[in-house]
Amino acid sequence: MIGGLFIYNHKGEVLISRVFRDDIGRNAVDAFRVNVIHARQQVRSPVTNIARTSFFHIKRSNIWVAAVTRQNVNAAMVFEFLHKMCEVMAAYFGKISEENIKNNFVLIYEILDEILDFGYPQNTDTGILKTFITQQGVKSQTKEETAQITSQVTGQIGWRREGIKYRRNELFLDVLESVNLLMSPQGQVLSAHVAGRIVMKSYLSGMPECKFGINDKVLMESKGKSSLDDSSRAGVTAGKTSIAIDDCQFHQCVKLSKFETEHSISFIPPDGEFELMRYRTTKDISLPFRVIPLVREVGRQKMEVKVVVKSNFKPSLLAQKVEVRIPTPLNTSGVQVICMKGKAKYKASENAIVWKIKRMGGMKECQLSAEIELLNTSDKGKKWTRPPISMNFEVPFAPSGFKVRYLKVFESKINYSDHDVIKWVRYIGRSGLYETRC
Amino acid sequence: MTDSKYFTTTKKGEIFELKAELNSDKKEKKKEAVKKVIASMTVGKDVSALFADVVNCMQTDNLELKKLVYLYLMNYAKTQPDVAIISVNTFVRDCEDPNPLIRALAVRTMGCIRVDKITEYLCEPLRKCLKDEDPYVRKTAAVCVAKLHDINAQLVEDQGFLDALKDLLSDSNPMVVANAVAAISEILETSTTAQPSLEMNSGTINKLLTALNECTEWGQVFILDSISNYAPKDEKEAQSICERVTPRLAHANAAVVLSAVKVIMKYMEILDIHGDYVTMLVKKLSPPLVTLLSAEPEIQYVALRNINLIVQKRPDILKNEMKVFFVKYNDPIYVKLEKLDIMIRLTNQGNIAQVLAELKEYATEVDVDFVRKSVRAIGRCAIKVEQAAERCVSTLLDLIQTKVNYVVQEAIVVIKDIFRKYPNKYESIIATLCENLDTLDEPEARASMIWIIGEYAERIDNADELLESFLEGFQDENTQVQLQLLTAIVKLFLKRPTDTQELVQQVLSLATQDSDNPDLRDRGYIYWRLLSTDPAAAKEVVLAEKPLISEETDLIEPTLLDELICHIASLASVYHKPPNAFVEGRGVMRRSLPRNQSGEAGVSDLTADVSPPPAQQSTVIPGVDSLIGDLLDMDIGGPTPYQQQQMMGQIPPSVPASTGAVDLLGEGLDNLLGGGGGGMDTLGGLSDIFGSSAQTSSYTPPQEVWLPAAKGKGMEVTGTFARRNKKIYMELTFTNKAMQPMMNFAIQFNKNSFGLQPASPLQIQSPLPPNQSASTSLHLNTQGQIQKMEPLTTLQVAVKNNIGVFYYSCQIPMHVLFTEEGEMDKKDFLASWKEIPAQNEVQSTITNVQHNADTVSQKLRNNNIFTIAKRNVEGQDMLYQSLSLTNGIRILAELKIQPGMTNFTLSLKCRVQDIYPFIQQAFDQILHN
Repeated sequence: MIGGLFIYNHKGEVLISRVFRDDIGRNAVDAFRVNVIHARQQVRSPVTNIARTSFFHIKRSNIWVAAVTRQNVNAAMVFEFLHKMCEVMAAYFGKISEENIKNNFVLIYEILDEILDFGYPQNTDTGILKTFITQQGVKSQTKEETAQITSQVTGQIGWRREGIKYRRNELFLDVLESVNLLMSPQGQVLSAHVAGRIVMKSYLSGMPECKFGINDKVLMESKGKSSLDDSSRAGVTAGKTSIAIDDCQFHQCVKLSKFETEHSISFIPPDGEFELMRYRTTKDISLPFRVIPLVREVGRQKMEVKVVVKSNFKPSLLAQKVEVRIPTPLNTSGVQVICMKGKAKYKASENAIVWKIKRMGGMKECQLSAEIELLNTSDKGKKWTRPPISMNFEVPFAPSGFKVRYLKVFESKINYSDHDVIKWVRYIGRSGLYETRC
Repeated sequence: MTDSKYFTTTKKGEIFELKAELNSDKKEKKKEAVKKVIASMTVGKDVSALFADVVNCMQTDNLELKKLVYLYLMNYAKTQPDVAIISVNTFVRDCEDPNPLIRALAVRTMGCIRVDKITEYLCEPLRKCLKDEDPYVRKTAAVCVAKLHDINAQLVEDQGFLDALKDLLSDSNPMVVANAVAAISEILETSTTAQPSLEMNSGTINKLLTALNECTEWGQVFILDSISNYAPKDEKEAQSICERVTPRLAHANAAVVLSAVKVIMKYMEILDIHGDYVTMLVKKLSPPLVTLLSAEPEIQYVALRNINLIVQKRPDILKNEMKVFFVKYNDPIYVKLEKLDIMIRLTNQGNIAQVLAELKEYATEVDVDFVRKSVRAIGRCAIKVEQAAERCVSTLLDLIQTKVNYVVQEAIVVIKDIFRKYPNKYESIIATLCENLDTLDEPEARASMIWIIGEYAERIDNADELLESFLEGFQDENTQVQLQLLTAIVKLFLKRPTDTQELVQQVLSLATQDSDNPDLRDRGYIYWRLLSTDPAAAKEVVLAEKPLISEETDLIEPTLLDELICHIASLASVYHKPPNAFVEGRGVMRRSLPRNQSGEAGVSDLTADVSPPPAQQSTVIPGVDSLIGDLLDMDIGGPTPYQQQQMMGQIPPSVPASTGAVDLLGEGLDNLLGGGGGGMDTLGGLSDIFGSSAQTSSYTPPQEVWLPAAKGKGMEVTGTFARRNKKIYMELTFTNKAMQPMMNFAIQFNKNSFGLQPASPLQIQSPLPPNQSASTSLHLNTQGQIQKMEPLTTLQVAVKNNIGVFYYSCQIPMHVLFTEEGEMDKKDFLASWKEIPAQNEVQSTITNVQHNADTVSQKLRNNNIFTIAKRNVEGQDMLYQSLSLTNGIRILAELKIQPGMTNFTLSLKCRVQDIYPFIQQAFDQILHN
């Protein structure tokens, strides 16, 4: 398992060092600094083996977080843990920066002590940790209180404490989708997928059981059927109202075995905000925008770029925060831009023309044309590889076609029924990597 | 909230000041001081001098302060064991504290203090904590057992903690179970003595599967990893475990997903490969693996390294998911390179167009490594998908036109492989390649280019000039290039002997005299002797047709792959190395995939799936024993290396050297120029040598016509099998009954019952003029692929010449497969005879034999049927005999001979009954000859 954990600043100075195992010495701290942080060439793998010691690292802004081991550990787990640890730290003191880490080093040691025992990750749920790692010093806790804490940390429903009460039972569901696209210059979709997240904010009393219904083909089809087949069979009866979800993943509160056998998503939610579900679809995605690039090199010192953006959704809807980023060569000396809508600017520091459109309705078309002047560089070997044109936007619908069908709440002990719960659902589609090659 | 100030104290006398503060009465001040100490410790300052003072702060009811002191203690206890002992009391007391958090903290910290004296005091509190009423304490105590085992394994076993740990597997709390599993796995990995008491059985596995549904994500990983080490009893159990593990594939934590994949991949080996369940599992595995690619890049990297293994093991998984492996512009380089690898593995005829378009795109990126790999990938596509080869080649040519140095070099390296895969197809591009000769500065590219020039010397007008230009800097070249240059020039000489003598002299003397590299010298001498003794033979050897290269490159060796599959998600799967390659070897166990017991068919199918070398694949390098043996034989009359060196030493260097050496080659040169006549002689000679040494007079059936001329478009093949000097030979005679000369002979066997395959390429006079015949002995070995034929001794053969490919089948006489090792000890014979059930025994009669017992046993002995004992029972001679086949099957025989009678009775006993008729036939043939 993990033998030690170090956090460094960008200079390679150690901010946090916690060793769990005897086989990791102080020299490991230096080995990582010398061979990875100060390495002459950029390190080309997140896993580095130096003298039979393996280092896993991730970076958050300019902070290096490294786990060290001399065993054949579960690599996926180590990285998951490092990310989770950053999440926990961020939940405690915000951004992971050198200053914040120095300011909270005692807290960090305390957290580490709790979430990693002899290198084995323990409960890393922020909500639970916050109930007993408070930095307030221990106030004399009653026996009941501590018993409650320990049963939560180790408990079967480790993510929710008992005895929560709200005057108004309310829940919010956000369907957040990010559309990813890679398109060829000719407008052919090379790859496209939607990565969706369902974020739930629950303010419910007691220990409510929730049942969640979505318009997934398989789930809707196989209601009552026992065998779960590939989505290929579906579609005939489900028609257009259902979608094919390639794969989905759930928060640990969802009873996976029930999902497998009964195809129902049921769970007791944590209190407050959490990510209920993640899913991925690749079929029948309605791409909100299309970018049509036209790049012409006019001699050595000039380039002409024309970009057309087409919106492709209901005219009644409005897209927001539309931004098109058109990369320019490194030897650009000047740019003239003309666009009909929005504002476009050449940003030399980013080597790109950034074109912003605050709002754009459905079924519209905008155009930008630019003339790029180039310096005559002698350095012919380093030729400019045209990076793709990327786009950012936000649209008020789910490009995958995902729909929430119902969310039912049952709480048997406390007296409130499903009808008493106020429910809010909202759909947001955002751009992920939305790129068109040019 | 400004703890950062503790990092900035660097003034002198700091330690002294801290000491005072630590002993202060004010609680706040104490805490401040301890914080400073911890900060100094973190940055690597030595604050061990404060040990006693810090430990004194331990007795406090402030939990935060207590944790800090503990942290200090864990770091420094080892340096001051005597002082550390004063902490024991506090620990023991804390373990009794009413607050479970404090009890757990104490037992957690105690385990991390690696001082022998303290360990002794640890046992009692730990025993209590393992049975604590609070699950939080129990789960901490479980890990503590692993800590203690690491310090003193014997103590843990003596104190019965292993049983206590095993009891925790039945705990009602899932997290306790998970930590107990983690501790058990760790102990099992380091200790062999603990194995019997901690062995998993189906009962414990069941408990784990129950806990799996309820514990934390990390606990699920521990449990899944542990399950993956369990060997299910049978298919049913494996399937039921898989059923309970598959829901984990939908977990949000990538580690849970990958560990579940590991369990399933491993257990699939036991399941019926053709069953519906496996098909369904394969279907279920793809989506979660794809989803991993939208995780953080580091996790993507781990996932990709694992996917690389998974698609090698089971190409069905992910076969339709090519697109998700397309490289994104912003992917980190390590993700890009891995994706590229997997793209190639998934390439097939259906998606090649898309892949090629992508690769072309990548080849124009900036990152040098990535571009190189992309170019190489284009070449690999060409080799893998024949239909796309042409497009790939033209893409590569486009890339060469960019003149980007490393792109050109990489392209040339792969084009060489394309030539090797598709000879005589794309050589038209050689001219373009030659234009870029000057830009090549990497050894691999230079060597590849030289190989191309040598291989196609006859089509390149100025091949000699080109090679000569490389020769100028011979000494400075990399060995790879030197070796290639030597071979290429020899090839050139054999193809154009008239005008390249000087060149070949030069390179031979450079290689043999001016170089210290043993490989280079040896290869130089071999060529030299070959050329001087018999250039025609040299031609046969050097210019022999080479087998095609395999289409799948850089596959992981199957046994390693199987081992790595057992380590999915772990570091081993990231490095693609077995754990003992990077983990200090304290008992690192090698893991292997379980095998399906329900019939061998499944397994052999499986291996056929996994190792794709097609039937037509033969080794690139001819069997060492045959070729090298031949070469050395030929040299017997010639100069020894030592003599030759002396000869060379006498010859003055430079110009005279060449004349001297021409003498050396002179005779051979005539032969070479004079056509193939000489070659025939040597071959005849060769077989003479073999013939004379093979005096053992084992029975060789007469040659029979295997391929009539009518079916072979004029080529008639007759042949037989023989066994000489412990080797099996196929004696072949080729007769050309057509009107035109035949050449480019090659031979190949289909898979057969005994794995027979040619051990060396077919060496026969070529071209074979009309109305002439040539004979050869083809050495066979039994390392080929095995497939049961009907009848058993059938061998299907394909013979190729310049006219076409012809197929025939012949029967292998069983006795050539009798090995020299068939002789058994009397006792063994008796034991084996009894061991084989009586119903396996068959009797037959051999009629009309004109020999007595002694000559019979001599005759049989010559054919490797050994007489173990001879008895005389009631006037009958009983011969007890044993023989064994190349594939290890042993046959026991009893031969009953009645003096004066010509009919013998033969009883055979063997475990494999299919072969009886063939053995009987062999006896019959041998005795009648």
